[in-house]
Amino acid sequence: MSLSESFGAKARRQLLGSIPVTVGLVILGALVAASALAQLLAPYNPKRATGGINEPPSLAHLFGTTGQGQDVLSQFLYGGQNTLWVAFSIAVLTTLLALVVALTAAYFRGWVDDVLTLVTNVFLVIPGLPLVVVLAAFLPPGPLTMIMVLTITGWAFGARLFRSQALSLREREFIAAAEDVGESRWRIVAVELLPNMGSVVAAYFVNQVIFAITAQASLEFLGLGDGGQITWGSMLFWAQNSSALIRGAWWTFVVPGMAIALTAFSLALINNAVDEIGNPRLRADRLLRRAGVKKPSATLMTPVKRDA
Amino acid sequence: MYYIAKRLAFYVLAAFVAITVNFFLPRLTPGDPASTIVATYSTSLNAESLAALKAAYGLTDEPLLQQYVAYLGNVLRGDFGRSLSNFPAPVMAVIGAGFGWSILLGLTSVLLSFVLGSVLGAIAAWRRGGWFDRLTPPVLLFLGSFPYFFLALLLFYVFCFKLGWFPMGNAYSSVNPPALNLQGIGDILLHLIAPAFTIVLVSLGPWTLNMRNAMIGVLSEDYLTLAEAKGLKPRRVLLSHAVRTALLPNITALGAAVGAVFSGQLLTEIVFTYPGLGYALMRAVSAVDYPLMQALFLIITLSVLAANFLVDTLYVLLDPRVRTGGEA
Repeated sequence: MSLSESFGAKARRQLLGSIPVTVGLVILGALVAASALAQLLAPYNPKRATGGINEPPSLAHLFGTTGQGQDVLSQFLYGGQNTLWVAFSIAVLTTLLALVVALTAAYFRGWVDDVLTLVTNVFLVIPGLPLVVVLAAFLPPGPLTMIMVLTITGWAFGARLFRSQALSLREREFIAAAEDVGESRWRIVAVELLPNMGSVVAAYFVNQVIFAITAQASLEFLGLGDGGQITWGSMLFWAQNSSALIRGAWWTFVVPGMAIALTAFSLALINNAVDEIGNPRLRADRLLRRAGVKKPSATLMTPVKRDA
Repeated sequence: MYYIAKRLAFYVLAAFVAITVNFFLPRLTPGDPASTIVATYSTSLNAESLAALKAAYGLTDEPLLQQYVAYLGNVLRGDFGRSLSNFPAPVMAVIGAGFGWSILLGLTSVLLSFVLGSVLGAIAAWRRGGWFDRLTPPVLLFLGSFPYFFLALLLFYVFCFKLGWFPMGNAYSSVNPPALNLQGIGDILLHLIAPAFTIVLVSLGPWTLNMRNAMIGVLSEDYLTLAEAKGLKPRRVLLSHAVRTALLPNITALGAAVGAVFSGQLLTEIVFTYPGLGYALMRAVSAVDYPLMQALFLIITLSVLAANFLVDTLYVLLDPRVRTGGEA
């Protein structure tokens, strides 16, 4: 079964037609395009002082200048580039790692499952930021450290989510049928389980991009990024460090902060709509209401995953 | 009781993992950071302190296992070594002062956002499809998209700097913590409002949305139709039948949220120069004070584990299925 079949063509039409998704895609597309074309669009060298100190937005500097006299617009564009590729890499890696752990657990079952679940739960319960700070402090600052540290600390929730999804799928009839036909376990995992987890994996991936952008910015804000690299997080770090707040230079922190918030918001909008449509419980409810049934009965509900 | 014992064993294991990571990190990371740290401080410390620092980072001839056992003993005694930036103050003395403030800010904001979010979510689900239900999710999603420290920067700029409604930082006005009389408590509360409000705003979303979705699930259960058919008042159906059950997933999430909120809180404290653990963490990072950083990691982790255990215990009281050993 492919993703499109399990989703249904109707759901896809609903998805593309929904207002939140359109708004999300437009915001996200604009931010990604602007960052990708930074070399073409940026009016100044983002690292050079090209204006006065803390100049408010003007025609020469549309988003004003920083405490070091750099152009905020150019920094925003180049910063987007550096921020987004790191965030994207972290999201890809954590999703893959989570999938590998979850499917290994679901495939081998028994003690392998027990051990992996235990490791996952330990990672889940240890608070992220302090661990990331300690890890990042001992490694040389830079994008690779950032990717590694946030991948190590960011995969656990996905592993738990995917594992319970795989376990509840395993109880379904088509898996039993595949087993009866004599399909190998690896084939069942790769061909039967994985494609049916498509919507869950996609939603998780989008969430991970949000996590990565925010976590990356948090670390850089603390001063644990590479000081020479321009990212949205390092822009905020410098704004805080040059007391932009008390000097009233709101543009130096509003621009990178809104960039982060808008990216996260657009992704959350898309994700939420996918969930409303992809989650059979919410969907069934809506369809029945449209058909005039006030409260759908419990029998129409999807099986609840029993895993804590 | 079996359930609680099992959870306790798990948290002890998690604490053990955190302590072990903390021990091996300076010893096993590539590039030998330990030697670099010791080299940086070799001129500013006397021979005795330098030896202590070397011992703390495993730059001795002792076998690893022996160092590890000694380290475990130190942690159990609450001895986390000495702070490099406030030498020779023990790390615990530096942390101790901030701990109370962080707990105050953390508890206030987590409880406020939990209660507020659950109420909002219940209302949204009860009046499903109404204007409130339509408006709430996107607004909360938008607020939740803000990194904690960015919203903190915005609120600080608007309410503390421009409007001057709240004090610009710190947890009290006087030089020393005020006496706990009416005036002192009022002063502490005034300093608490802005940072707590920040955390509540950012973390409100998941509570509300989870509660709403759980309520929607519960509202379609047969036993609610029965409750309605029995002729119970809607208020009663909502409060003692629907909300009680729908609240359970949110309470499970409370444990997980404590860790996440705490991470965000650390950054919020920095923006508001609130004298908690986050502020200590920033000072540790900018002064490259590794012992302080590591101790903060352990202290924060252990507190979060303890909070999780408390939530688990609370859960047993609320969900009879766990008590009888059935599946939750």
